[in-house]
Amino acid sequence: MAKEKETVPGSLIALTIGLVVAVISFWYGQNNNLLPEQISEQAPLVDDLFTVMATIATALFLIVEGAIVYSLIRFRHRGEDETDSEPVKGNFPLEIFWTAIPAFIVIGLGIYSVEVYNQMGGFDTSGGPQMAHHQHHSVEIASLIDRDVSAPLIGQAGIEEAIEQAPKTRPDYGIGASPQDVNNPAEVVINVTGLQYAWLFNYPGDNITSGELHVPAGKDVQLNIEAKDVIHSFWLPQFRIKQDALPGQMSQLRFTATHTGTYPIVCAELCGAYHGAMRSQIIIHEPNEYEAWLTENRVATGTDQPTVAVNPQDLSDSDYLEPYAKEMGINADVLAQIQP
Amino acid sequence: MAQAQIPIDSQINGAHQHPEAWSWYHYFWYNTDHKVIGIQYLVFSFIFYLIAGVMALFLRAELYTPDSDLLDPNVYNTLLTNHGTMMIFFWIVPAAIGGFGNYLVPLMIGAKDMAFPNLNAISFWLNPVAALLMGVSLYFGGAQSGWTAYPPLSLITNNLGQSFWILSIVFVGTSSILGAINFLVTIFKMRTPSMKWDEMPLFCWAMIATSALALFSTPVLAIGLTLLLFDINFGTGFFRPEMGGDIVVYQHLFWFYSHPAVYLMILPIFGIMSEVISTHARKPIFGYKAIAYSSLAICVVGLFVWVHHMFTSGTPAWMRMFFTISTLIVAVPTGVKIFSWVATLWGGKIRLTSPLLFAVGLLAMFVFGGLSGVTLGTAPFDIHVHDTYYVVGHFHYVLFGGSVFGLYAAIYHWFPKMTGRMYNEPLGRVHFLLTFIGANMTFLPMHQLGMQGMPRRIAMYDPQFAGLNQLCTIGSMILGVSIIPFLINMIWSWGWGEQAPRNPWRSLTLEWQTTSPPAIENFDEEPILWAGPYDYGVDTQMEDDEETVEELLATVKSEVK
Ligand SMILES: [Cu+2]
Repeated sequence: MAKEKETVPGSLIALTIGLVVAVISFWYGQNNNLLPEQISEQAPLVDDLFTVMATIATALFLIVEGAIVYSLIRFRHRGEDETDSEPVKGNFPLEIFWTAIPAFIVIGLGIYSVEVYNQMGGFDTSGGPQMAHHQHHSVEIASLIDRDVSAPLIGQAGIEEAIEQAPKTRPDYGIGASPQDVNNPAEVVINVTGLQYAWLFNYPGDNITSGELHVPAGKDVQLNIEAKDVIHSFWLPQFRIKQDALPGQMSQLRFTATHTGTYPIVCAELCGAYHGAMRSQIIIHEPNEYEAWLTENRVATGTDQPTVAVNPQDLSDSDYLEPYAKEMGINADVLAQIQP
Repeated sequence: MAQAQIPIDSQINGAHQHPEAWSWYHYFWYNTDHKVIGIQYLVFSFIFYLIAGVMALFLRAELYTPDSDLLDPNVYNTLLTNHGTMMIFFWIVPAAIGGFGNYLVPLMIGAKDMAFPNLNAISFWLNPVAALLMGVSLYFGGAQSGWTAYPPLSLITNNLGQSFWILSIVFVGTSSILGAINFLVTIFKMRTPSMKWDEMPLFCWAMIATSALALFSTPVLAIGLTLLLFDINFGTGFFRPEMGGDIVVYQHLFWFYSHPAVYLMILPIFGIMSEVISTHARKPIFGYKAIAYSSLAICVVGLFVWVHHMFTSGTPAWMRMFFTISTLIVAVPTGVKIFSWVATLWGGKIRLTSPLLFAVGLLAMFVFGGLSGVTLGTAPFDIHVHDTYYVVGHFHYVLFGGSVFGLYAAIYHWFPKMTGRMYNEPLGRVHFLLTFIGANMTFLPMHQLGMQGMPRRIAMYDPQFAGLNQLCTIGSMILGVSIIPFLINMIWSWGWGEQAPRNPWRSLTLEWQTTSPPAIENFDEEPILWAGPYDYGVDTQMEDDEETVEELLATVKSEVK
């Protein structure tokens, strides 16, 4: 500030303030506890970015708010003094300083953001080159599955075949493979459909359709996301990833779950009156449990009718959803509608 | 500027075409005086602030519990859509630009009126028409697809309400375009001859940036909404995926306007800040040129950041990255302004009047909103918090903590000028305290809610978020109560307040050099600049004049009394 030299007697005080601000900022950056559990490989990347931003923001916040509060106390008008203050109209070096510092900070943050986005897989939005390569082959298998005889054929090879299920159109948007995995197809591919007011998960190799998302831990999962009616937004808060489900346009999210457990799936885009009730769950299994789940649901029904793995009433894990179960529930009619 | 002169306008000469002063009923009809229009805008928009505020209280009451138990979910969506729409298009934009812009710009540059007084009156009267259309929309259940009106939701939800909503916004937009042309011509052509560019009050600089932005961006919104209207009513398929339409194109059209709209709502407020802080801190504005040019920088860069509202939508990676960088760059000119105001406070002789308290409150809250804005600008983090309460918290810090605090500061600061009466200071301070506490209590916890997993625009939510939501609701009740001392203060002071002198704040800008309230044509003689707008504490001794500013002001005072 212009008068810092007069009001701050020595560099010692400035140094002390700087140290205190630095300590508080670092502490708050590390310990703000604002973000939920980290369940994906992307989550620590995003959280580290937030930690850096929270640290810088805390420091700037303390300095600016401190200067405001200090000014209000120290430079408050007192008594009968009706004269004006010292007419300081500017300080060119200082103005350059506080233009340059934020400029450096935001350029740094910009570069860091691009790097994080790259690590998250943001630049791979074609679904991986392998997918495109096997396109014609997978169509063959897909047609097999449609026949009655397909069920016995799937067996152990279920997951591998699911990989072959290339999406009808290549997703252009969303989060794809991380740079390390860019040449590998995802290990599990699931088609996600958003509709008022539910998410449907279709396991293309297994002819299973579920209202909850089951995935194996530690496996590279790709979701091909689309919407039937209006825009929805597929959000996994614990995975720090989100992608709008757009009618008529395919998008994707690719992730590897790092823990087993059950976590919320949230619709984040206003999609109508019961938008708030459009929630589901992602259930992350150990790989062998996941296989068991697949087998169980494959065997559970005949091959003509796709499986509804979850009763719609079970979707609502709390009672508050009960009044809306009718509106949002999945029934056979809805399923029939959306099945290709 | 050799001779220091103060225009004395106590004698109204009989040659004028209009009455000597406006009577109350003149304010309720077509009138081309920019001051009448300014007050019309302010009172009109304030009514909508109250209506939209009551809507917010209902929304918060609904969110007190996780269940959807107070309002029908469709009504909830109507309220959330119209709360946003009205706060933006019927309160902040008309109050800041139409209200204070109209009232202050001609006075500040020493003009008798705006360049096109009739166009000005027409611009205002488009707003009541728009309000009527909005009323019709609400009668039919109102728009329910959010203020963003994204198709396909807006195409399939309550078509009648949505259509009238679009018509209403198109009228407001037209008013905004006409107003912008008027401001630009007025400021470029009608400045008093002795006023150089760098002697112009910063509020006028802000109005240049605001008007340029409105002129560039509003037509794009009008196009987007008109196409939407055609899709709803005339069978076109611009935004109908099943007919080959592209819904993401709508989002581009919408945000190309609506992101600059954020700056439409904050740039005039930035102008107000410079006036209020400098005057009440009795100190020249720190870095006049930096503040003036940073408004223009925000205006230019602000046209190229709109995709940061669409990071999770159908946007390719390069776009997400490009707009991350451009968004972050806006922080630099905004930071320059913040630092300059803090530096203006530093070393001043700060009067803790109501306008200054609100201006400092703005500064305190805007710093927070700006910092959370930087975090939102980075695509990787935004992907997590987009469309969550984090965003709701952020934009209320900049639009409530920023724009609304600024409007309150302006109302208190220019109340004596507009009404000729002083407001009640203790009531003003109570109002500030309640507003500041209420705003932080309502909007701070929202950041945590969003990061933890609560999306926005929902009537029913996961019970784990109940605690913080209750805190927000209690905060909103404090905000609701905070309006009471303000209303009492305004109504009582306007009718029965102490008579205001022409320049109670001893301010140096031109509007204070005429009577309170100003005569119908503002200045009876061409006003002459005898000091820069922020030359507080500057010894203004002229070469052939020994008088200082203080002595001049004393002369003015004695002349008025
Ligand atoms: Cu949805």
